[in-house]
Amino acid sequence: MQQPLDIARQTLFAPAGIGESELEQVFARLMTPSVDMADLYFQSSRQESWVLEDGIIKQGSHNIDQGVGVRAISGEKTGFAYSDDIVMPALLEASGAARAIARSGESGRLKAWQAGRGRGLYAPVDPLETLSTERKVALLRQVDAEARRQDHRVEQVVVSLTGLHDVVLIADSDGRLNADVRPLVRLNVMVLVVQDGRRENGSAGGGGRVGYEYFLEEDRAQAYAREAVRQALVNLEAVDAPAGTMPVVLGPGWPGVLLHEAIGHGLEGDFNRKGTSAFSGRLGERVASEHCTVVDDGTLAGRRGSLNVDDEGQPTQCTTLIENGILRGYMQDRMNARLMDMAPTGNGRRESYAHLPMPRMTNTYMLNGPHDPEEIIRSVDRGLYAVNFGGGQVDITSGKFVFSASEAYLIEKGRITRPVKGATLIGNGPDVLTRVSMVGNDMKLDSGIGVCGKDGQSVPVGVGQPTLKVDALTVGGTS
Amino acid sequence: MQTNLTRTGSTLPSEAELTRLVEQALNEAKRCGATQAEASASVAIGLAVDVRQREVDTLEHQRDRSLAVAVYFGHRQGTASSADFSPASVRATVEAACAIARHTSEDPAQGLADPDLLARDVPDLDLDHPWELEADGAIELALECERAALDADRRITNSDGAGVSSHSSVRVYGNTHGFLGAVRSTRHGINCRVIASDDAGMQRDYWYTVNRVPSGLEAAEAVGRKAAQQALRRLGSRRLTTRKVPVIYHAPVARGLLGHFVAAVSGGALYRKASFLLDTLGEQVFADWVQLTEHPHLPRGLGSAAFDQEGVATRERDLVRNGMLQGYVLSSYAARKLGMVSTGNAGGVHNLRLEPGERDLNGLLAAMGDGLLVTELMGQGVNLVTGDYSRGAAGFWVENGEIAYPVEEITVAGNLRDIFLGLQAAGTDMDTRGGIHTGSVLVDEMTVAGE
Ligand SMILES: [Zn+2]
Repeated sequence: MQQPLDIARQTLFAPAGIGESELEQVFARLMTPSVDMADLYFQSSRQESWVLEDGIIKQGSHNIDQGVGVRAISGEKTGFAYSDDIVMPALLEASGAARAIARSGESGRLKAWQAGRGRGLYAPVDPLETLSTERKVALLRQVDAEARRQDHRVEQVVVSLTGLHDVVLIADSDGRLNADVRPLVRLNVMVLVVQDGRRENGSAGGGGRVGYEYFLEEDRAQAYAREAVRQALVNLEAVDAPAGTMPVVLGPGWPGVLLHEAIGHGLEGDFNRKGTSAFSGRLGERVASEHCTVVDDGTLAGRRGSLNVDDEGQPTQCTTLIENGILRGYMQDRMNARLMDMAPTGNGRRESYAHLPMPRMTNTYMLNGPHDPEEIIRSVDRGLYAVNFGGGQVDITSGKFVFSASEAYLIEKGRITRPVKGATLIGNGPDVLTRVSMVGNDMKLDSGIGVCGKDGQSVPVGVGQPTLKVDALTVGGTS
Repeated sequence: MQTNLTRTGSTLPSEAELTRLVEQALNEAKRCGATQAEASASVAIGLAVDVRQREVDTLEHQRDRSLAVAVYFGHRQGTASSADFSPASVRATVEAACAIARHTSEDPAQGLADPDLLARDVPDLDLDHPWELEADGAIELALECERAALDADRRITNSDGAGVSSHSSVRVYGNTHGFLGAVRSTRHGINCRVIASDDAGMQRDYWYTVNRVPSGLEAAEAVGRKAAQQALRRLGSRRLTTRKVPVIYHAPVARGLLGHFVAAVSGGALYRKASFLLDTLGEQVFADWVQLTEHPHLPRGLGSAAFDQEGVATRERDLVRNGMLQGYVLSSYAARKLGMVSTGNAGGVHNLRLEPGERDLNGLLAAMGDGLLVTELMGQGVNLVTGDYSRGAAGFWVENGEIAYPVEEITVAGNLRDIFLGLQAAGTDMDTRGGIHTGSVLVDEMTVAGE
């Protein structure tokens, strides 16, 4: 198999006749004595999507984008320009614009180019080519049929399949040359069921940094269809959710969105450098109960949130954020790490060449505890058991966060009783994990569906956790 | 304060240049055997600066291009897009769309908009007002904005920054019915985000101004001062106990509430039967005083458009009259799926306006007496299929029509159907910083969950 760097050179450099001497020319223009660091982010991405609705293949689309982002950093200042044309004149013009941030002066000399080593957390494949179009379309139809076969109350099924082939090459002023070929696929099923005039929906899906064949293996695609129908049917029976503060048991896997919102964003380096996070200056302090150990791990093979190298060419790693309840580390990109005198953690990510990198999460999850999930539920007299969520949001500064349950049940006298309607859960990031009194032994990662938004930039992420109990969390129901 | 320097660097291409690109794409589509095709080409350029703690933080030069093509072979559709405008790329993009159309299904609802709905005369909506702003001028303005916030009060202890941005774009849309339309527009903004703190902790808030015309922006200093006030008044936020109370949505968040209504009467949700407002045309969906009107031709409006994304002429209309639903929000595709006619809303609503009542915000507070004023909402928590609504909130507890204290870490919940039918009044404090124009609104009762 070809190495990512070779693929990236062929894709990004060959058509424009760019080689190492051209890169040197660009950096000679970018670097002045007051520029601490500069980088070029070359990217070529190709994306397709297919949508089945009303039993027919309704829509297909194909998008190509490519370009180069040029960044110059001087102290805390960043100059940035980009071009969707990868040609020398555009690169030189963008370099001139990006360095306008810094005082001009004699250009610095560049160190010799050094290519980063590959990691192989995922194969450098083009997922769009891993199945013929006929088989992609057939897959959508099978999922549709599987969903409709489950129950006569299924009225509408929407299935979408998307694939992304992303090739990036990052050259920086330290002479580092890193490339990554990043496949990403996603299959999603949404169903609508109707009974006596009442309508409810359910959805399920998954994916990762793999080829489309992933969905054909282990019956995954069909399982998503069955799961979406199951959720929708549960919702048909749901009664009004309770309102007020009560014990909440969160299921394993995707409910880890709790960690992403409650603590994840607050532990990103930029907010902590600026002192705008509710967690600022709290390294070494207790921010969770002793049952909680949380990591951010970009090195999980094939996961949606994983990267061989981050968007600054830094290898990803497993960073311990909270260890037995004590705050241990932040997630850093290069600039914030340097300004905080810390080490970069491989969390520098950007949506595309047209966006600036920032510290972002990869796969954020809590490690297993000792308890059997049944035991956790049995310990609750009256509370909520929430197993599926839409998404969440956090106010970094006040620490207040929400996440919205889409499948939840009442716990009464230690038993799961009735399903309740979706409701938003709200809490305070710095103290919610101090109220985690039991952690299960069933750690699970989500199925590969997360998208995180920050400052208008979206990146794919993963979350996970075992079943856990929060002694008091506010549930935003109506009854 | 405004600067008078000339713009350096990138400029936008002419309409003629983009028109040639669109025509090339349409010709390629015909050559490939497409029975119908449509294409749009757009270029946007921009300058964005951000300052923080009285220093430059980022300086961004932006330039984005996109060519999007849809081809139809009978009733089978394929779409493709690219950021590369070279002739070879245009051809490849059209071919990619054609390749997709070979695999999509026959769908009678697919196709271009009906020819007789396309815009004929395109009024000038006065949307293009470039700002002769250079990086230095923008930085100075942003610094002035942030300074006003930082100096407003000693409890403003930190800043998340202040930004100034200016964007210009040109877009040409054409289809094989012979329609060709060009839009040139600008959008400028100033924003400020600051942090106030006291012994109890930190509170962040912001203010922003956005306008098509530079002179229509609020002064940078005023934006900074407003941001500071917003953050300061949140200090000392408390929680509330769980209760059912009347709720006022402050204008900037009332816009989101109306946005849920628009989503629920939009074609996509309706033909999928995924809306709680299914089959409600002509029925009472709001309290009977509510008038919602669409004004697509408002000069300089942020949501103004003479034609929608398919070239369909937009027109002024009532969406809700006396609380009764007068029409849906439809593209050609959704309209055909529903056996109806496009309403010129491919891409969304254009300046939807909730007609205000007599009272300003203070008047609404007085009318409410005791209740909750919501100024911020968090999270998703809206189910359009059922109308179930539950969101995180922050704002102020109101007693006897007066703001008593700030509140946070609470939720507001109800069902959108009841919320809309239970609207009591709309304020005169119109917020026009988006495609939906509304004042604050008073809802009769919602469940507030807290301690
Ligand atoms: Zn996020």
